Amino acid sequence: MITVAEPPRGEMTLVAGRPRALLDVPTHYCPGCTHGLIHRLVGEVIDELEIRTRTIGVASVGCSVFAYDYFDVDFQQAAHGRAPAVATGIKRVLPDRVVFTYQGDGDLASIGAAEILHAAARGERITVIFVNNAVYGMTGGQMAPTTLPGMRTTTTPLGRDVRVHGYPLRMTELLAQLDGVAYAARAAVIDPAHIVKAKRAIRAAFTAQIEDRGLGLVEVLSTCPINWGLDPIQSLKWCETHMIPAYPLGVFKNVLA
Amino acid sequence: MGATGPGSAAPRVVIDTERCKGCGLCVEVCPPAVLGLGALNTKGYPAAILLDDERCTSCTACALICPDVAIMVFRPIRHSARPVVRR
Amino acid sequence: MTRPMTRVLMKGNEAIAEAAIRAGCKAYFAYPITPQTELAEYMARRLPEAGGVFVQAESEVAAINMVYGAAGAGARAMTSTSSPGFSLMMEGLSYVVGARLPCVVVDVMRGGPGLGNIAPSQGDYFQATRSLGHGDSHGIVLAPSTVQEAVDLVGVAFDLADRYRLPALIAADGLLGQMMEPVLLPDPRTPPPAPVWATTGADRDRRVITSVYLVPEDLERRVLDLMETFRVIEHVEPRFETYRTDDADVIVVAYGSMARIARSAVDRVRREGIAAGLVRPITLWPFPREPFGRPARVWLVAELSGGQMIQDVRLAVDGRAPVEFYGRVGGMVPSPLEIANAIRSAATKKEGAPA
Repeated sequence: MITVAEPPRGEMTLVAGRPRALLDVPTHYCPGCTHGLIHRLVGEVIDELEIRTRTIGVASVGCSVFAYDYFDVDFQQAAHGRAPAVATGIKRVLPDRVVFTYQGDGDLASIGAAEILHAAARGERITVIFVNNAVYGMTGGQMAPTTLPGMRTTTTPLGRDVRVHGYPLRMTELLAQLDGVAYAARAAVIDPAHIVKAKRAIRAAFTAQIEDRGLGLVEVLSTCPINWGLDPIQSLKWCETHMIPAYPLGVFKNVLA
Repeated sequence: MGATGPGSAAPRVVIDTERCKGCGLCVEVCPPAVLGLGALNTKGYPAAILLDDERCTSCTACALICPDVAIMVFRPIRHSARPVVRR
Repeated sequence: MTRPMTRVLMKGNEAIAEAAIRAGCKAYFAYPITPQTELAEYMARRLPEAGGVFVQAESEVAAINMVYGAAGAGARAMTSTSSPGFSLMMEGLSYVVGARLPCVVVDVMRGGPGLGNIAPSQGDYFQATRSLGHGDSHGIVLAPSTVQEAVDLVGVAFDLADRYRLPALIAADGLLGQMMEPVLLPDPRTPPPAPVWATTGADRDRRVITSVYLVPEDLERRVLDLMETFRVIEHVEPRFETYRTDDADVIVVAYGSMARIARSAVDRVRREGIAAGLVRPITLWPFPREPFGRPARVWLVAELSGGQMIQDVRLAVDGRAPVEFYGRVGGMVPSPLEIANAIRSAATKKEGAPA
């Protein structure tokens, strides 16, 4: 006997949620801070590449100092700026593990400038997630090496004067020139379309390591609502209108292509 | 994960109101504008809520932009458009 | 452990490197600096042969942080440097202690302060023993006096570092690093497996290496644990040697190269009838207090510095007798005659005269 029926309704499948690589721990980040978003992207990439049980992260000093409380992978806490050196030590003795650093703009571009430069020059097989929000968040909003000219911070209260404080650093362009760098890209997380692209870049930066090609770097333009004095939505807009022109998005080096 | 019986009214978007920090980004990016900020959670943040499940398309824009991983999005499993034929 | 019967003539720096490799060192990161660069060069050649990793770091800051990473990942890790580089490592060493990681650090001391010169000194005593960087930070400090002793103490250093989860330092000086002496090298041994706390990236509960504890109660608990370890070390690990102290009237206190010169001076004045002796600390931290209970009439501390260990000697002597000082700075190295003169001078000082 043949019967005809309507297709069953109501069966749902989960299409977005917490990645396995992230612990079920609420974060301490400010409302609207994009750190949490970037953590999630890294977690999703770790899940998709199926590397969670052989990944070791290196936390830096900044708002993300407690990143190790949020990821379900082995982690080492590094001194300010030294994460690429710590990552080098780990990767050199455990070359088959996946090692990544997660650093802010002060950590990577100021105090840690030598360490990232040389890890990149050496072509260390590590992945560097560089979160750039143009300000020192954790310490309360001081100028960063990536602070834009004219931008007010607590140490540039009248706006960054290039004659006194010099010019911002475009780290991704600088590092992309090095032979040891396999992948260098800059992304933003200002809206869902950009977030999807950012995740793709993060995945490529991990792939560069897994395929033993060299250092993989993604600079993610981020927001800091509290220290920018803007609400979360205004912050994303400010990132779009002010940071993207100063820090162009794109892939600056890709040996995987 | 998240399978429910036929004919039940499971929402497409589930928000963990205690994790939510009321940042409003999900509300901003939702294409059919079916999200809003509602009552304060125990931390004092106005947690996001799904206002209209009918018009939600499970596009996941909200979950993509949520910095607190507070949002789960479900999509109905797409069955064949033709009726099921059983012998 | 059976030793080969053949001695090999080796330069101090290189002997230390070979001893480290035989003790199971698997990771070495360093920056060239005189007078220890030969250690790095030797490691560059030999360590990869022995299955280890060598990286020339971009600075001593980077080197100590690479050691931190490798040690945290469970490997026997080491670096070496001289005084200006040792200063640069203070931040990293404080983190190593705070995170309770084992490692070995060799400091081949040279003239300072500042750029100083490349001649020998013992001017880093304070840095090595008072605090390894900020906080209540200590590591075991071993001071060899001969190249053979340096070779022996390297293996001890790795074992102590593992046992206590702290850095173990070899405090050498430029003379020791550069001199060539015959040594018996130990048999090679395999390092222990990665410890249960190491971040080895595996399918188990995650492991975290950190030194930050924001809640004061948490950090207090952590530092009290650390201090308890320091107490155990102070009880169990002091090492020293005495020479002709049983009937000594004047006891010289010296370590490293200075102890060898002082020993010759002691023999010299003994021939003249002065009852001199020598106490040679081998651990500078924990400082050995036991030998200072001896009833010497006067103590003479001899250092290649303006006087740093003398503070610890004064504390240990605790006012029972005067403590005199003989030192050379700037990389100058005295002859036994000069120390003999100082011993004579200390011996003829009137009883009860101010120290």
